[in-house]
Amino acid sequence: MSQPLLDIRNATKVYQVGGGIGSKKKEVVALQNFNLTIADKPATITTIAGESGSGKTTLANLVLGFTHLSSGNIVFQGKDISDMTHSEILDYRQNVQAVFQDPFGVYNPFYRVEHVFDLVIKNFKLHKNDSEARDRIEAGLNAVGLRGEDILRKYPHQLSGGQRQRIMMARAYLIKPKLIVADEPVSMVDASLRAAILDVMLKLRDEENISFLYITHDLSTAYQVGDQIYILYQGSIAERGPTTSVIDKPHHPYVQLLVDSVPQPDPDDKWETDIELPDEEVMRAADAKGCRFYPRCPNRWDHCLTAAPPLFEVAENKHEASCYLYEPKVAVKR
Amino acid sequence: MSEAQTSHSNTTAKAKNWADAKPVLKVDDLRIHYETPKGAVIAVAGISFTLYEGETLGLVGESGCGKSTTAYGILQLIQPPGHIVGGEIGLEGKNLIGLSERDFRRLRWTKLALIPQGAMNSLNPTMKVHEQIADVIVTHEGRQSKEKIKQRILDLFKTVGLPARIYDMFPHELSGGMKQRVCIAMGICLNPTVVIADESTSALDVVVQRVVAQTLLKVKELLGVSMIMIGHDMGLMAQMVDRIAVMYAGKIVEIASVHSLFKEPMHPYSQVLIDSIPSLKEKKPLKITEGITHDPRNPPPGCIFQLRCPHVMDVCRSKEPVMRELKPRQEVACHLYEVDAKGEVKNVAASA
Ligand SMILES: Nc1ncnc2c1ncn2[C@@H]1O[C@H](COP(=O)(O)OP(=O)(O)OP(=O)(O)O)[C@@H](O)[C@H]1O
Ligand SMILES: Nc1ncnc2c1ncn2[C@@H]1O[C@H](COP(=O)(O)OP(=O)(O)OP(=O)(O)O)[C@@H](O)[C@H]1O
Ligand code: SF4
Ligand code: SF4
Ligand SMILES: [Mg+2]
Ligand SMILES: [Mg+2]
Repeated sequence: MSQPLLDIRNATKVYQVGGGIGSKKKEVVALQNFNLTIADKPATITTIAGESGSGKTTLANLVLGFTHLSSGNIVFQGKDISDMTHSEILDYRQNVQAVFQDPFGVYNPFYRVEHVFDLVIKNFKLHKNDSEARDRIEAGLNAVGLRGEDILRKYPHQLSGGQRQRIMMARAYLIKPKLIVADEPVSMVDASLRAAILDVMLKLRDEENISFLYITHDLSTAYQVGDQIYILYQGSIAERGPTTSVIDKPHHPYVQLLVDSVPQPDPDDKWETDIELPDEEVMRAADAKGCRFYPRCPNRWDHCLTAAPPLFEVAENKHEASCYLYEPKVAVKR
Repeated sequence: MSEAQTSHSNTTAKAKNWADAKPVLKVDDLRIHYETPKGAVIAVAGISFTLYEGETLGLVGESGCGKSTTAYGILQLIQPPGHIVGGEIGLEGKNLIGLSERDFRRLRWTKLALIPQGAMNSLNPTMKVHEQIADVIVTHEGRQSKEKIKQRILDLFKTVGLPARIYDMFPHELSGGMKQRVCIAMGICLNPTVVIADESTSALDVVVQRVVAQTLLKVKELLGVSMIMIGHDMGLMAQMVDRIAVMYAGKIVEIASVHSLFKEPMHPYSQVLIDSIPSLKEKKPLKITEGITHDPRNPPPGCIFQLRCPHVMDVCRSKEPVMRELKPRQEVACHLYEVDAKGEVKNVAASA
């Protein structure tokens, strides 16, 4: 295989929380020994899914350089991002663009939308002249179903949530990076526009050779557009592999619960059972050693507490699950 | 059987007896504009609906169609340059429009609670989680013992599935989903009559979303609240709501029971919405509806959906379709349907 576009090796991120007067600092392991590779060619959409707090945004922030690893490496086109030179960093910032989960936070409320685009055009020197700049902006906006004349003169508070999300995608589109880190890019739009945005992603992948790190909790959209999927549980990979394979035949008990919890768009097929989350204290109790899903797992047995389960191959094409049920010798024993 | 099951059948049973269902909130011809230098954005263009006691009404529609504005309008929290241009909002028989801000403030949170869209990002970054919730309680109920408030907050945490350890944390130390649940806890902390939840579960993963959705339903049953759920996740809508109102460009174009809307959507836009639900069962090509929404300052004459409608006819470009009850409890605003003398509904396009 040629040099990967993005190679994340043994990435661990620990946050220190608390530590106010009278309270002790606690550690939260947001990401643990995480490995991920995105090939350089062909461009792919890699989905990161998993429950709230499982470390998805942390991963995005690490890749974008907004926060730094506690240990491990993030390597982009062969270069570790923590020892890049100034000009390499600038290059990296152009090559790796973000579309955020939170479209409310990223706009300066005092500038009109066009300012966002003018900055992009200026910073990345994308245009030859003003009219070309206008055309590119208009094309970018049209690609996400917006019209320049309507949108550019508006202030951020005058836009709906979904409009802001689409503008972020249009902005990323303009820069034509190698990788777009999209954190919940469609969480606010309705089904028909969601299709349009996902279609933009597919187009960018196939026509512009842009890869995506697509972060979402929405398995159904991942199922429609994703190539590879990584499902996180409390900062570790629970299962990974080709998207259709993982979602059609989930192996890890958590992933089975996850797939089963996707609301069916059918009022005659309602949830049958009530699920409960155990206390977070209980869920986190297993942190130190053993499988993190142990406190909630219907299939657990003592062996699961010995050490964190590594990834075991469960199906072809590197479909792997981090669960002792699939450990070759144990599987035979059971 | 599980509680969720029972609560579902309860709501359905209630829904079937609408004849004796009591209206709680009545919105009549509500109009809200945002003034801009180039003319008014018609964000809510005369919508009417009734929320019945104990029901959950879904409000769906694409981004920018005016769902949040409607919610803010009901709570009279529209900020300039926005303003309510006309209409009536009745809560338990009393018209809210024209109430003084002082009188209205008493209703907010205690009678009408809004869990705003993106609420998790407007949590005060300098206040600990428990302080923000205590703030709401104390502001409306006055001072009370610290112990009592603490217990109440911890109970609220349990209701919405939050761990007790976040009591002393700051918002930035929480994941998005946790912050969202803090906002839900704030919304229900004063036991309101009507809860409007604006995209409250959209930032949550499915397992937590399901827990929170079921919690909302339980809270609803427990406190007898009525709920308006704003969202775009049709799967969740199918699971949670009794009726759905579909909005397009500031108007409600169809309102029907969740069952009718999913099985027999009548308005072309509702049909598009139902058709484009992504499936987990088969990988199919994305269904994209072409066309761009019109400029909200200059809606075309006639039907607001004409620029994207696959069935557009001449009449649609000149005459505005009005909401008509075409089937029992299914109101639709579309020229495609004609009701003949015998009261039967005909599809004009199909017969032509
Ligand atoms: N700046 C921070 N300081 C301390 N802890 C943090 C910080 N950011 C995140 N965390 C913690 O790290 C864990 C992972 O958070 P992260 O935001 O990555 O989750 P997520 O998977 O994106 O969740 P969601 O789906 O809710 O957005 C959580 O337990 C969170 O509380
Ligand atoms: N302060 C404002 N000034 C001008 N226009 C505004 C303002 N606030 C909202 N709008 C416009 O009003 C319309 C309705 O916005 P609203 O936020 O109610 O939509 P929404 O249905 O909640 O969308 P979403 O699903 O994206 O949250 C949009 O076209 C928006 O651009
Ligand atoms: S390793 Fe054990 S506890 Fe963990 S998911 Fe597998 S069976 Fe369950
Ligand atoms: S009135 Fe005409 S344009 Fe409007 S939805 Fe019906 S058929 Fe389409
Ligand atoms: Mg996140
Ligand atoms: Mg909104």
